[in-house]
Amino acid sequence: MEDVVQSLSDGHELIAFRVGRQEFCINVMMVREIRGWTAATTLPRAPRYVKGVINLRGAVLPIIDLAIRLGMPGSEPTARNVIIVVQLSHRQVGILVDAVSDILAANGAVIQPLPDVTSDLVKSFVKGLLPMDGRMVSLIALDRVLPPEELEAA
Amino acid sequence: MEDPLAAIRVTFFQECEEQLSELESGLIAMENGTAESETVNAVFRAVHSMKGGAGIFALDELVRFAHVFETALDKVRSGSLEATPPVVAIFLRAADILADLVRAARDGGAVDQARVADVVKAFDEIEGQKEIPGSHEEEMVADPSEAQDNVWEVTFTPYPALYAKANEAALLLRELNRLGETEIKLDTSLLPELLELDPEGAYLTWLITLKSDCEESDIRELFEFVEDDCRLEIGRSETEGFAPGTVITGDNGFKFEFFPPMEEEIEEETEVKVVEKKKEEAAPKPVEQALVHASAVQAMVTKAETANSVAPTIRVDLDRVDRMIDLVGELVINEAMLSQRVLEAGINRASGVAMALEELEHLTREIQDSVMAIRAQPVRSVFQRMPRLVREVAAMTGKQVRLVTEGEATEVDKTVIERIADPLTHMIRNAIDHGLESTESRIAAGKPAEGTVRLTAVHRSGRIVLEVADDGGGINRSRVRQKAVENGLILPDAQLSDEEIDNLIFLPGFSTAAKVSDISGRGVGMDVVRQSIQALGGRISISSRPGYGSTFTLSLPLTLAVLDGMVVSAHNHTLIIPLGAIMETLKPRAEDVFPLDGDLNMLALRGGYVPVVDVAHCLGYSVQHAEPEQSVALLVEGEGGARAVLLVDAIHGQRQVVIKSLEANYRAVPGIAAATVMGDGRVALIVDVDAVVQNAGAESNAHTAELNNLEISGGAA
Repeated sequence: MEDVVQSLSDGHELIAFRVGRQEFCINVMMVREIRGWTAATTLPRAPRYVKGVINLRGAVLPIIDLAIRLGMPGSEPTARNVIIVVQLSHRQVGILVDAVSDILAANGAVIQPLPDVTSDLVKSFVKGLLPMDGRMVSLIALDRVLPPEELEAA
Repeated sequence: MEDPLAAIRVTFFQECEEQLSELESGLIAMENGTAESETVNAVFRAVHSMKGGAGIFALDELVRFAHVFETALDKVRSGSLEATPPVVAIFLRAADILADLVRAARDGGAVDQARVADVVKAFDEIEGQKEIPGSHEEEMVADPSEAQDNVWEVTFTPYPALYAKANEAALLLRELNRLGETEIKLDTSLLPELLELDPEGAYLTWLITLKSDCEESDIRELFEFVEDDCRLEIGRSETEGFAPGTVITGDNGFKFEFFPPMEEEIEEETEVKVVEKKKEEAAPKPVEQALVHASAVQAMVTKAETANSVAPTIRVDLDRVDRMIDLVGELVINEAMLSQRVLEAGINRASGVAMALEELEHLTREIQDSVMAIRAQPVRSVFQRMPRLVREVAAMTGKQVRLVTEGEATEVDKTVIERIADPLTHMIRNAIDHGLESTESRIAAGKPAEGTVRLTAVHRSGRIVLEVADDGGGINRSRVRQKAVENGLILPDAQLSDEEIDNLIFLPGFSTAAKVSDISGRGVGMDVVRQSIQALGGRISISSRPGYGSTFTLSLPLTLAVLDGMVVSAHNHTLIIPLGAIMETLKPRAEDVFPLDGDLNMLALRGGYVPVVDVAHCLGYSVQHAEPEQSVALLVEGEGGARAVLLVDAIHGQRQVVIKSLEANYRAVPGIAAATVMGDGRVALIVDVDAVVQNAGAESNAHTAELNNLEISGGAA
């Protein structure tokens, strides 16, 4: 997480995307590619936010429905949905979002802390709020987006 | 890591392994009488290169022994020692010791000095060589002023290829210096102006005058590895003596009138011989023509093989190859998808686009085959370990054993090769220890005193089939049966066919050896062999004829990267079930299914009962149980031999699938072994049969165990 904050001051770019009515952003350096939704193969006994796996040029890529992961009601993905392929340490993971909305320059942006009323689930992902052209964009950390190894079901 | 020599050291030991197997196969050929004249040279070269490499790393013990070995081999090469069977036997023992020395140098540890001394002594005896090991070279280097009968003039002109192969002229010259006193002159007359100079060209010629008592062959030997990449002329000097010790290098104005013109013929020597041989063969009597033709072909094959063994190779990281295999697999899928799309778009099959696509398809298949071939290696490397094993086990058991191997060139994936060595070792030990009778019983039974163990490899329908056959007494069925009853594996009154009795030896907890022997009874039985074979997706079977011997047959996939699978569907999910685990498919009838333990159903199958696993339910795809009579049932067997019947909705056929890891980007999924990508680009999951079977077993442990026994005993219920 510090990593994310650090990179902001370095003047890196952020990629912003929409999930439901909210807007989130991650460091653009984490993104490997952005692709359209393709039907995923369901994994047995996986948490509900794991949509399944798809074939990414020969590698098996798990797809996480970010809406459900963040506790929002999910919806059946359509061809208009977008998968952002991100690199999390040695793994690649596809993040299912509604749409990519913007590329933001982080220069001079001041990260504002989350209010105390935020739920623990959101707190574990959202690291701060960025005011951007009159919109509120949540800076999100994805390192805990995958289910933990020992967890069996959602 | 810091030590730059460490990497070279690793390469050296890798090369040693290769040289050792070359050595072993050469010696075996000499033993069997199938040796060509080139074989002795190859054997000699192998020992010589190991000695050279070991010298760099100051592995003195290895150098000393290799030297003694090499000296003896050289005598065979020069014809002063005949390679009689006892001599070759000593060579084989020496090769074993050399292998031990290499491994001791690599992994640490010591070598049995008594064995080394034995062989060294044996060498002394066979050749009357009383030389103290290791002193040979030092003498030459240390005392160059001793009798110098000959003055050799050597002209050495490297071709660019010599440098391209990373040979170093200076090292060769230095080596030459070891043979005696040298005077080296550099002829740079061919060196062009800097502007015209090809940086990768070769323009230099060295003229070396060597004062030494050595033979011409000694000089040639130094250049052995570069002989094809340079012009080498060796002649005896007319002029006696020169100012000793003067080494002139880089003398551009050097004129070489001192040196009489060198004779070209020496250089061509080897080739001339070959031509002569061919001439002889080219003029046969008509009757013998076919025969001679065959031998000419044989000669060509041998020549090709020789050429093959020195063909340039590169060492590549396995990861890089695997990455390429992944990508090519993806290319094949993409190509199939593209073809599909083109057809869907209504483009005529005869159109240019469709034809070009077809070309592309051929090309992709070819690329796939070639890429897979990179990982494939001949089973030779495993087979070559076996003669030594046979010698050792034969010595321990006091039996006379001959090992016959066939199909060494059969290729299979590297990972498979690595993992079949142990089971094969075990099976060959077993064949000698348990399979073959003692020499006396063999003679009494009218068989040759020497037992034969035959190890063969062959490709059969996309798999590799390995056979270990002995001509021993066959399986003692009454003893096997008695043992199985004693160990509680079968009921005393069970009715078993001969084949069923033979297969009892694969059961866990079975060992026929009355007492645990040093050789095969290390608490590891045939059940372990079977498990390791099954873990590779293979099967093992046995056939035995009393009095004539037993044959173990292993059938293995050619690679672990692909798997033969049955494509099935369960509750709208496409799944792959490894074909190796499937015993049979059947259509269950409702009246054959009996409930047991709540959720668990048992299927009556030929007098026994097998637990039923509803795949969709087991994997959580469906909460309801499928109706058995609406489903297709697959009888599967897990690694431990436990059986279950898997219920699926439908079978869609068999296909080879490329195994993809789920853990790489996600994590292990219970009940799923891996994933694969289907022709439509979608991911399908490969069922972990063991986990699913155990899952069924876990629900009713006691019953399963009991019923398995019933199953084995042929339905004694």
